[in-house]
Amino acid sequence: MQVELVGIGKRFAGVQALSDVSLTIRSGTVHGMVGENGAGKSTLGKIIAGLIEPDAGVLSIDGMERSSFRSPREALINGITMITQEQALELRRTVAENVLLGIEPSRGGFLTRSALRRRFESVIAEGAFEELALSADVLVRSLRISTRQKVEIARALARNARMVIMDEPTAALGAGDVDQLLENVKALRARGITVVYISHDLGEVLEVADEITVLRDGHMIQSIPTKGQRPDTLVSAMLGRPASLAFPEKQPPPPDSPVELEVVGLDRPPMVKQVSLQVRRGEIVGLAGLVGSGRTELVRAIFGADRATSGSTTLGGARIVIKSPRAAIRNGIVMLAESRKEQGLFPTRSVKENVTMAHLAEFARAGLVMSRPEKKAAGAVARDLDVKTPSIRTLVSELSGGNQQRVLFARWLLKTPRVLIVDEPTRGVDVGAKRAIYDLIVNLAAAGMAVLLVSSELEEVLGLSHRVLVVRDGRIVGEFAGDAVEEAPVLAAAFGTGDNLVENTDG
Amino acid sequence: MGDQASTQDPSVVATPAIRGRGVSALRDYGIIIAFAILFVVLAFASPAFLTPRNLLNILDQQSTIGVIAVTGTLVLIAGGLDLSTGAVFALSGIVAALTVDTLGVPVAMTLAVVCGLVLGTVNGLLSTVGRINAIIATLAAGIMIRGLAIALTGGQLVRVADTDFATLGRGEMLGVKYSVWLFLAVVILSGVMLRTTTFGRYIFAVGGNAEAARLVGIRVHLIRAVTFAISGTAAALAGIISASRVATGQADTGIGLEISAIAAIVIGGTSILGGDGAIWRTVLGLMLLALVRNGFNLLDINPIYQQIFQGGIILTAVAVDAWVRREAT
Repeated sequence: MQVELVGIGKRFAGVQALSDVSLTIRSGTVHGMVGENGAGKSTLGKIIAGLIEPDAGVLSIDGMERSSFRSPREALINGITMITQEQALELRRTVAENVLLGIEPSRGGFLTRSALRRRFESVIAEGAFEELALSADVLVRSLRISTRQKVEIARALARNARMVIMDEPTAALGAGDVDQLLENVKALRARGITVVYISHDLGEVLEVADEITVLRDGHMIQSIPTKGQRPDTLVSAMLGRPASLAFPEKQPPPPDSPVELEVVGLDRPPMVKQVSLQVRRGEIVGLAGLVGSGRTELVRAIFGADRATSGSTTLGGARIVIKSPRAAIRNGIVMLAESRKEQGLFPTRSVKENVTMAHLAEFARAGLVMSRPEKKAAGAVARDLDVKTPSIRTLVSELSGGNQQRVLFARWLLKTPRVLIVDEPTRGVDVGAKRAIYDLIVNLAAAGMAVLLVSSELEEVLGLSHRVLVVRDGRIVGEFAGDAVEEAPVLAAAFGTGDNLVENTDG
Repeated sequence: MGDQASTQDPSVVATPAIRGRGVSALRDYGIIIAFAILFVVLAFASPAFLTPRNLLNILDQQSTIGVIAVTGTLVLIAGGLDLSTGAVFALSGIVAALTVDTLGVPVAMTLAVVCGLVLGTVNGLLSTVGRINAIIATLAAGIMIRGLAIALTGGQLVRVADTDFATLGRGEMLGVKYSVWLFLAVVILSGVMLRTTTFGRYIFAVGGNAEAARLVGIRVHLIRAVTFAISGTAAALAGIISASRVATGQADTGIGLEISAIAAIVIGGTSILGGDGAIWRTVLGLMLLALVRNGFNLLDINPIYQQIFQGGIILTAVAVDAWVRREAT
């Protein structure tokens, strides 16, 4: 199906989210949509899918002009469906029930399990989509995120969707699952279904899209064939200026730099098994591994977020016992957690309170918070980290993703830690803001901090770390050091395909 | 973009703040406006309203539920809910009334307060360390506590002969009842604690994002449990005042009190979901409900309609909260 947008505009009380956007999504193509956070790409996707009504502009579908859809239901009737990042699945129901949600086969108003299964199987077969490999009676709750996404794709197929809009479909996926998703997108295209692919990841978009639209500040900048596009050309279009995505220069610690953090024989069933590692002062150690390999669980166990069942920790040569995050923080080990929203921010509180929450006791006398020193310290660290906020009294939920991440860095740097653990430090952060976070991490290490870095973006791990440890199945299975660690051997170790060569070209 | 869908603004401050300003102001200050309107209307409609006597009466009537609602606000902000306060209210009055003859007024009343503290602590432990949903835990505890109250009294009224027992409920200082002074003290202490102490900050943190609170080293269980302990203690204080007023302990007093207290909290604009709220809000919520009742009396409107009106106010308050949330996500 061909969808043409003409002069689409959308205002959210005071802010022009989209202005005069016109573009054509050609039938049977994969149409990539890229732009920074706030560029308007999600809003545009939601307008096409009827989730949001625009203030101005018209749609035309297969040449027929019409006003925009007023509800998702209206868009669905016209064959358009959207798969959003917050999955719209009923976790306590089976795959078949979810796929056929709202279009269940009924007999006089009663549902029958067998009819449901028959319809489900015919949907999968008719779409010739056996590769989805979904079993009808499994509870969605028990599925991995990537499999749940397939359920959503199957749901779109069941409704005879002719256009599927995907908003950041790979944001929560590991590398292997991403490849599979891209295959599924191509399979949809092969069946004549038009796909709108909204993503942060330029590599994915370049691989899968036929045409790419770039949005910036709510304006359509360009909508052109993928051929001839490269990441850097897209980034300059997105930013309106050429940008360097490259990593700051590595500053390895001096060879005699002492070991700051050492863990030996750390266990935390079922995901962390007998892990031993060292981080020296000034060293950035990267943990690479597939999603589900246990890298996040490993750093959580070191930080005490999950209590280790055995193993010992030494800090600067002294044995310490870490049974809780509280104990870790007291010893100067801090962790920027994986999920900013769920594990980091206090959304109803101000920037100031978010910054000082971990060290509040230091600003208190007899339990009373002394507001002047608190304000001064929070303001200073927010300024140092370049948190862009109207005031430190502003609610943290009102900041952009990149600035929220800086607030969390500010929290942990308010009092200089000895060991900084960062898990997915740039997730959901703008292209422009990523580099600033890289610079920050590198500078902290250069000042003598021991840094433990976890990221699902391999190039981030390789680009920043002085030493890379590969985690697979809860164990450290490879170690790579040196100025230029290659992707291939790290990936091989992560997948368990290569011989787990322990290279050491340090120094 | 997903979760950034609502933060479309490329500049520093994201959209919902700006988009939601009109509606969120309604939630922020709606209670003040509603209270002010009702106050002015009543002042003009009834000459008896704006007299010190009437206003002090309102305060006195609200003082017991007020103590419970104000401390209940702490529980709610910390992400809990205490449905046992009505039962603790009854039991503590009975404990004081039953023991006053042998122990004397000060000791009996102290014992009753300690009783509330212990019950509140148990509630706190059940709903944190015990991992039982706070609503269920305190509902069940409340039923048991009320049952205990009935068992202790055998369903009979416990009359107190000692006239000193009634001093707390009936006595005055500077023309103002002790109960009102106590209520004011609880309001000020709770308000100051919530705004200016580390404990107050932690209450907000724990209710706003428990996991994040744990990861910054806050003892989530401890903070939550303490709010329940405070709530239990306050319910006991309120129960003692109430028993003292009538010089009687009785098992069937304070039924539904916990619901009225939660209604006042929510009308004030404290979030039922935790992490957001304020003591002054609860005070205004209490006073709004009180003015409605007082207005019905003064204007001689049939009290049959009073509950319909009160329910409507509660619904409006919760609906505004829900709509504002929807706008912001």
